[in-house]
Amino acid sequence: MEHHIMIGFFVLLPLVAFVLSLLIPDGHETSFSRLAMGSVSLQLLGITGYIIYWIFSGMHPVNIREWEIYNNGHYQFLLDFYFDSLTAVYLWVGAFITFLITRYSRFYMHLEEGYKRYFNTLLFFYLAYNVTVVAGNFETLFIGWEMLGIASFLLIAFYRDRYLPVRNAVKVFSIYRIGDIGIILAMWASHHLWHENITFIKLLDGDLVSEQMSAHGGIGLFIAVCLAIAAAAKSAQFPFSSWLPRAMEGPTPSSAIFYGSLSVHFGVFLLLRTFPFWEHQLMARILIGGLGLLTALLAYAIARVQTTIKTQIAYASIAQIGIMFIEIALGLQHLVLIHFAGNAFLRTYQLLVSPSVVAYMIRDQFYHFKPKPIRLKDSFSKRLAYSLYILSLKEWNLDTMLNTLVFKPVKRLGRKLDFLTPKNLLQYFLPLYLLGLLLYFNQGVIPETIQYYIPGLFGFLGLMMVFKAFSERNHPRLALMLVMANHFWIALAVSFNETFDYKQTLIYLSGVVLAGGTGYWILNRLRNKEKDHFDLNQYYGHVYEHPKLALIFLLAALALMGFPISPTFIGVDLLFSHIHEDQYVLAAFNAISFIFGGIALIRIYARLFLGPHIKNYHTTALKSS
Amino acid sequence: MAHRVSSGLDQVIHELAHYLPAQSPLRDFVHHNTLHAFQRLPFHEALQDAAENFGFKVYWNLEKYRAQFHEKKINAEILKRVIISHKGADDLAHWTHRLLHQPLSDYPESRVGQIRKLWRKAYNLNLDKEVHQTLFRLVSSYLDQGIAIWKFPAKTNGLLAGVRELEKNSFSTFIKSERARKLFLDPHTQLEDLLQLLVGNDKYHGQYLYDQQFAHPGWSGMVAVLEKNESSLLDKRKICLKDLIFLECLLEIDALDRRRGNGWGALAEWIPTDLPLLFGKSRYSEFFDVHKLWQEALEWTYYDQVIRGLQLSHEEDFQKAASFQAMFCIDDRCCSIRRYVERFDPNAQTFGTAGFFNLPFYFQPEHGKFLTKVCPAPITPRHLIKETESNIRHEKDVHFSKHTKGVFGGWAISQTMGFWSALKMAKSIFFPAETPAMVSSFKHMDPKGKLSIKNKKQQQHGLQVGFTLEEMTDAMEGLLKSIGLVKGFAPLIYVIGHGASSVNNTHYAGYDCGACSGRSGSVNARVAASIGNNPEVREMLTERGIHIPDTTQFVGGLHDTTRDEMEFYDEELLLKANRRLHERNKQTFDTALDYNAKERSRRFHTVDSSQEARKVHEKVKKRALSLFVTRPEWNHATNALCVIGKRENNRHLFLDKRAFLNSYDHRIDPEGSYLFGILKAVAPVCGGINLEYYFSKVDNDRLGAGSKLPHNVMGLIGVANGMDGDLRTGLPLQMVNIHDPLRILITVEHYPEVVLKTIKTHEQTYEWFSNDWVKLVCIHPESKKAFVFKEGAFAEYQPVTQTIEAIQNLDELLANTAENLPVYQIS
Repeated sequence: MEHHIMIGFFVLLPLVAFVLSLLIPDGHETSFSRLAMGSVSLQLLGITGYIIYWIFSGMHPVNIREWEIYNNGHYQFLLDFYFDSLTAVYLWVGAFITFLITRYSRFYMHLEEGYKRYFNTLLFFYLAYNVTVVAGNFETLFIGWEMLGIASFLLIAFYRDRYLPVRNAVKVFSIYRIGDIGIILAMWASHHLWHENITFIKLLDGDLVSEQMSAHGGIGLFIAVCLAIAAAAKSAQFPFSSWLPRAMEGPTPSSAIFYGSLSVHFGVFLLLRTFPFWEHQLMARILIGGLGLLTALLAYAIARVQTTIKTQIAYASIAQIGIMFIEIALGLQHLVLIHFAGNAFLRTYQLLVSPSVVAYMIRDQFYHFKPKPIRLKDSFSKRLAYSLYILSLKEWNLDTMLNTLVFKPVKRLGRKLDFLTPKNLLQYFLPLYLLGLLLYFNQGVIPETIQYYIPGLFGFLGLMMVFKAFSERNHPRLALMLVMANHFWIALAVSFNETFDYKQTLIYLSGVVLAGGTGYWILNRLRNKEKDHFDLNQYYGHVYEHPKLALIFLLAALALMGFPISPTFIGVDLLFSHIHEDQYVLAAFNAISFIFGGIALIRIYARLFLGPHIKNYHTTALKSS
Repeated sequence: MAHRVSSGLDQVIHELAHYLPAQSPLRDFVHHNTLHAFQRLPFHEALQDAAENFGFKVYWNLEKYRAQFHEKKINAEILKRVIISHKGADDLAHWTHRLLHQPLSDYPESRVGQIRKLWRKAYNLNLDKEVHQTLFRLVSSYLDQGIAIWKFPAKTNGLLAGVRELEKNSFSTFIKSERARKLFLDPHTQLEDLLQLLVGNDKYHGQYLYDQQFAHPGWSGMVAVLEKNESSLLDKRKICLKDLIFLECLLEIDALDRRRGNGWGALAEWIPTDLPLLFGKSRYSEFFDVHKLWQEALEWTYYDQVIRGLQLSHEEDFQKAASFQAMFCIDDRCCSIRRYVERFDPNAQTFGTAGFFNLPFYFQPEHGKFLTKVCPAPITPRHLIKETESNIRHEKDVHFSKHTKGVFGGWAISQTMGFWSALKMAKSIFFPAETPAMVSSFKHMDPKGKLSIKNKKQQQHGLQVGFTLEEMTDAMEGLLKSIGLVKGFAPLIYVIGHGASSVNNTHYAGYDCGACSGRSGSVNARVAASIGNNPEVREMLTERGIHIPDTTQFVGGLHDTTRDEMEFYDEELLLKANRRLHERNKQTFDTALDYNAKERSRRFHTVDSSQEARKVHEKVKKRALSLFVTRPEWNHATNALCVIGKRENNRHLFLDKRAFLNSYDHRIDPEGSYLFGILKAVAPVCGGINLEYYFSKVDNDRLGAGSKLPHNVMGLIGVANGMDGDLRTGLPLQMVNIHDPLRILITVEHYPEVVLKTIKTHEQTYEWFSNDWVKLVCIHPESKKAFVFKEGAFAEYQPVTQTIEAIQNLDELLANTAENLPVYQIS
């Protein structure tokens, strides 16, 4: 029971603090910092006390079935918490660093516009952190994981009236979400593997795991690869590394806590958490170790040529995380934990004192300067060195590569649907969808071979809608409607699979309709007010004049993308449980459209509401600043 | 682009460089007028010009002015006066209405950027996005002073040459398109050729370059500064703006080739014929007129009180023999410490003068590999002072070490030292203490070290080591006469320089003494005191009519304005009697420092100012060591005033740390020759500081550096936001929060005709006054009438303010307020 209370407390306390922080009006600096400081200190005390107690009571992993949100007999959505030594270390390090950063920010942020927003986001992040760390199953972990993504977006775009932070925030959010495809597919596959939403504690049962694995080796590897992708994205490993330095746009302490220490180590966390699952798969271990090794080498070279202090620390940290991946692959779990904590502390402190580097290094140079010798006569080694230098300066094209391999093709596909406009969308969508429904109710008439392909086809239609939404340039409302349309296609596609309760579809689509409707209404209002500045070609910064619309739209967009504030969140998972084990393609389509739908929505939000304000009666920053 | 830029690209680039921000690398941060390029125009005209051409916001928002008016911080009577003087009494009602109720409107769209914007329209390409990242990285790698572990591998005798060498000898390249590569590697390619490809019409080439460079004024400005002043970098780099432009044009061609293949052509055909030309004639604008009137009303509301205050002389109150005398820097931060010194020893006499104490030289600390300039930026010293027998050692901090960034080093360090970092971090957050990373004004020089003050016929680095007797005497005579201290010498004369301490502050150099090129003033103070004590110098001074008694001794010292601490130099040389006096004076200084810290704390918000002075002082000291404090002190914020005259004539006024105070006695200088020396320095130095604050305040986004919280250090030379941002110039938001954008008012106590003659002797100095970049008022020494300098002549000014309130409970007021205070009489 005491476990139950304490672990629940570790999630509830940040939640309460976050909610309270929303209620405090702007301008009350002391109230914010007291609230944040009070709750984080209490949390740190609680965690420290509990860990001691837990150690003395034998360090047995604790699993708590906290709250059953949904259950229809076959499927159950359960909030499940789990506590073991991994949880303990992450929980404590997180609480300690957050505790310091909270205190630090109380003064550092003084007089800054957005003081409230900063502390809101920080507490939100902390909540997400704790949820993820104490999660006992994939579903719970995914809730935290999604919240982390949003918190990141908000903190990177903290200076929302400048161009680069907003652009980079969207970029980082996109890469995070690409990684999330891995998690969604892993959840889906593991659901089929275990025929239930497996809790992490069950993975400790070695016999169970090895028995399942021997029967389903392929799916095991598939899950491992998906997890590796998710982990690599979150921890800025190859090929996703380039997002980390670009995330250093917020106030220094927020960069320190997020990208120096806590957030960036979540890939490591995910791998450690799921280690019992893939430890017997040699291929997976080689893959993860290799990923780490490659990243460590590249990041090391890139770090050496960085001329800015924060990006240098970022790449140095990436290299260390690469080594952590290797350590995990080698099975050195305890070492990884030490490495994680040390690296987190070191990088946090390095980032916090990064402005001091000017005074320190210049003084050092003043007293110890030695001119740089230029050697390198031999032409081949010189060529090699120069090439390495240039490649490192170009970050080994990691940034452009991701763009060319992922985002550009998606845009190109989306452009194929350029004939769609807000006016004619329904003309195309309704008849097609009605046809789909018609088919659905008359499944008997469709030959079986065709029936087999129908879910995939509809899934593909939905995917295309999302791609079009993602690449839309002119009509924000069209983009929003396309994302909604996608959800409808997915629902229909899955419905073909098996007959299940309409209620489940209802759960799923109710959120879509409500959130989508709200979003549409907001966009309409904005369009009426700002006719001349309403498209997706550039950033307009309307949040300057319409902060309320911006906030409501953000909430609507989050709900629509299946964020855990709307029933759609459960619906998504529920629907995935109806995708068959052999329908890789449909699962992939759905996962991808789910992910890109989210990106498309954030893109609408960013382009309309964030960035330098289009109006000129107050100061605005240069785009390059 | 209109007339001025047509004669050859070199000329264009030369002028372009002039318009770019002229901010040196961080270690040499010196305040200057942000819009120096417009200084040849009258202030308000220049502002309109700058706004229309470059899109800067040059005034406060209308809402701000109106709010000030409603809070009675703009005097209605003065506003009326301003309107009448500009618009005539008949239109008063009309203009008052405009000022108060005209709806907000947009600034005009800037002319710069119009051509380059066409790329997007023509080829749907965001060239900035394609080019900036690569360009910034190349330049930043080339200029880097020590952040990168792997330094720019090619030679550094030119940016283009360096990049060319890299590109030629590498398997991987930045420039991918065949054509661009050929152009780049062909040594005969001229900038004109590239522009022909890009723009294709001579008429617009110049303006295109403005567009291009003003898309990233930070880097361009840095390059332009380094081109002129190579010595700003310790690790020398040769670079010129033309190279940067050439490289950028090339990258543009490359980007267009890569992205649009053969499908693009020069921009000329897309340029509309009615494109607004850069520097074209600007038309009358009511928008700017309204702002101008508000601005003047805001300024004169404050000036008016000051002028009235200065007219109320209390000179006769301060006629007793001085218990001690102390020279401070003219700096506005010394304004309050002097007030407290005088309060706790009413017989003390304080003086203000530029903090290099008339001794321009380079300083070389022991083991220093370079020279440090310690005099105002425009002066080029001929002397060198060397330090020997110094015991200062700088500690190392492994957090800045390159080993933490390697693979194995990082691996070992993060698992061991990482945990130490945690402790260190916790300690520095809860119990701030000195660290190797901090900047302390007291570390500039070892007080126990030896200085080579006397010239021994030695030359080094092309400079003369130490001063000759003649030079020393000249300097001392000049110093004493310019501040009016030629008789009535007290037993102890303090010469107190100032400096600042901070930690985690990239702009630390801007906090030190501006008259010492952004360094601590300790060496100058110590050298000045030593020269003052030199018997041979005294002998020669006596011959020149300045007799300093043998019992009088000079003591050098340093005031740390952040921590409010003082140290004194060579105390062991004091005579026994003087030593006793010195001990007593030290107590006066200590009390004054406590109270000064308490007064400053009212602006810090995060410190409770109502406590006992000593306690508040402890907290203020701690702030200076705290990593998270972004405002260790307010530096020159709120500056608005420069008073040149006898201290006795302004000692009765409370000026709230807003005034630069320069001591000057017109009776010693009837011809105004010392006055000329003072004004020649004061106008550009105080005016420069003041205008930098002004512009950083009114447009912190473009003319200031924005919030410093996200700043990222680039190559040790500048700061930028995030990874790929442009360098940010000007002052960060955290330096100007409490500043009110007022032009500085310089008041001179002398006869108007002498002042007029004096300012006209030097054209560059005169420009500051004649174009109204600083305001000048002359106070007649006898009649106390005030004369305003306006359109080349002095005109009498009658203040609206009649009485200046005598404040009884200043301490209480200070403890309970955080805003700018009006002028009071100290009772």
